[in-house]
Amino acid sequence: MNEAVLEKVRVLAESAKYDVSCASSGTSRAHRKGSVGSAAGWGICHSFAEDGRCISLLKIMLTNYCMYDCAYCINRRSNDIPRATLAVSELVELTMEFYRRNYIEGLFLSSGVVRNPDYTMERLVRIVKDLRRVHRFNGYIHLKSIPGASRELVREAGLYADRLSVNIEIPNEQSLKLLAPEKDFQSVFAPMRYIREGVLENEDDRRRFRYVPRFVPAGQSTQMIVGATADTDRDILCLASALYARPTMKRVYYSGFIPVNAYDSRLPALKQPPLVRENRLYQADWLMRFYDFKAEELVDDRFPDLDLEVDPKLAWALRHPECFPVDVNRADYEMLLRIPGVGVKSARMIAASRRYGRVGSMQLKKMGVVMKKAVYFIDCRELPVKTIQELRPERVRQLLLPKPKVKDDPRQLKFDF
Amino acid sequence: MNVYVYDGTFEGLLSAVFEAYERRVFPDVLQAEGEMLPLFYDQLVTVTTDSTRAERVWRALQKKLSRAALGIVLSVWQSELPEAPALLFRYIRKAVDASRSPELDFGDDDVLRAAQIARRVAAERERVIQFVRFRKAADGTYFALIEPKYNVLASAVSYFRDRFADQLWLIYDCRRRFGYYYDLQDVREVAFREEDALCFSGKAADGLLAADERLFQQLWQTYFRSISIRERANPRLHRKELPVRFWKYLTEKQGKQ
Repeated sequence: MNEAVLEKVRVLAESAKYDVSCASSGTSRAHRKGSVGSAAGWGICHSFAEDGRCISLLKIMLTNYCMYDCAYCINRRSNDIPRATLAVSELVELTMEFYRRNYIEGLFLSSGVVRNPDYTMERLVRIVKDLRRVHRFNGYIHLKSIPGASRELVREAGLYADRLSVNIEIPNEQSLKLLAPEKDFQSVFAPMRYIREGVLENEDDRRRFRYVPRFVPAGQSTQMIVGATADTDRDILCLASALYARPTMKRVYYSGFIPVNAYDSRLPALKQPPLVRENRLYQADWLMRFYDFKAEELVDDRFPDLDLEVDPKLAWALRHPECFPVDVNRADYEMLLRIPGVGVKSARMIAASRRYGRVGSMQLKKMGVVMKKAVYFIDCRELPVKTIQELRPERVRQLLLPKPKVKDDPRQLKFDF
Repeated sequence: MNVYVYDGTFEGLLSAVFEAYERRVFPDVLQAEGEMLPLFYDQLVTVTTDSTRAERVWRALQKKLSRAALGIVLSVWQSELPEAPALLFRYIRKAVDASRSPELDFGDDDVLRAAQIARRVAAERERVIQFVRFRKAADGTYFALIEPKYNVLASAVSYFRDRFADQLWLIYDCRRRFGYYYDLQDVREVAFREEDALCFSGKAADGLLAADERLFQQLWQTYFRSISIRERANPRLHRKELPVRFWKYLTEKQGKQ
């Protein structure tokens, strides 16, 4: 370890940062004698970068040399950027020392593809194996599975990693072919399948035998880039919901496209990354995972893209005025979840406390319901507000849109104090 | 108006509950010793802390409340908020009087408030776990300083005990002037005298630190700077997730930004 590593860390972290995933959840492991560390099932973010994203794992690449030339990627081979490769000992020491200082939950290791996918994957697996076997590292390890890697290597990686992930990046195959000619869907979905099969087999084995090492206990995740191609939110969400339907897929991440290779004419010219759209997609993702919404309810043929002005739940409510107003004292929990302004926490509180007595609007407010939104969608006798039935959806939408900032009227006289 | 004065401990609070039920006189004001009494009052009761009485109240609560609700009671106490003792008194009274546990009646102001405070205390405990940054001393001890808003260090110790079971560590709460030291066997509560605490707070002298400590701090700072995407800079979110009050002891927030 010396000063030269500083520069390598800088280069390789810069290269790794466009990968969004940083979760350290999904595995609970207590400390074992002779090993280092533990894993907390709920995930711990140890820091937050200046862009507000969490830093939970040491997200770094083994090397940023890459033989592929994907248009959306900063590490494509035709880019003139500083390149570096970490030695295995350096990477291991970094992980262990950071971990001991409570900087990180573990390691998120990824790599550019060198020579061929299997060669790269093998190097990654060897490092993870080293960490677990030689250095007895018991913390969290998230390993990127290289697209096109063989079944055997993915299977071996799964024995040491807590989570494996393969990035889809582009939600349909034609666009992927256009932007990344060396990749196809097959090379992405095959490792995903290997992981899934491995987990299912492992679950089966664990039922039958007493001591079976766990295989990828925290499941897999993937990532899609938003805004690099012409794909609609419908394509993205339908693919995401199909992925969630399969076992072991824990998270789909959406990454607003940042024009890292602005010179490439296949990519759209963007002034800013599509952060609002990315946010709406995450909201829709949450609705699918925790609020029991289907992808088809959020986006359909008439509205293939999510509304950028209002959140997807409110947009759904405005399209379905017939479901409202809801009586919070009687409605099912599932229906409570669908009221704009009511989240999982407040829906649970409402469902628990209405067994003791009537829940009124003051109490809703104190529980944390966003009354500004919810008033139009709930049946509340004590409020002098008209509901969506009387006001019509268009008017409610108008009332709930963020107000444009009022500019000073030039006719207004002012004193200069 | 009835005023109860207790000694400011949790046991004292439970004894006050016992005393109130014994006398059938419930306090309008509950004060710790040494606080200024109100100008006018009818009756002043000074509670003597009695551990057997406190135990009886606690056992009664255990019968009435679930484990989660008992956790809420303890969390509210840890919050050390000025309103906490009186709130707990009312909460306990409601639990004792009610035929079924009131813990889920969020329509009730006290129950809701207690649940909300407990949630904030739990979040602060989580932050301690997130934001403790160890520095390695020359003798191999990993030490960290932190100033949590609520008194949550004790409840976070189990996490550090499990995770860092094979290294010596010391975590010190600078605001409340106590900490925990782990010697590879047990965790002990420690307190330093003012001048001793000074020598390892702030910028510790290089002589006290392990030889490679500065390098790893630099590595972490470098990593922290390069991992953020400049096009997405969001200082408001950054400050919300990583509150400024923790920056003082965060390694990544030291040095040149």
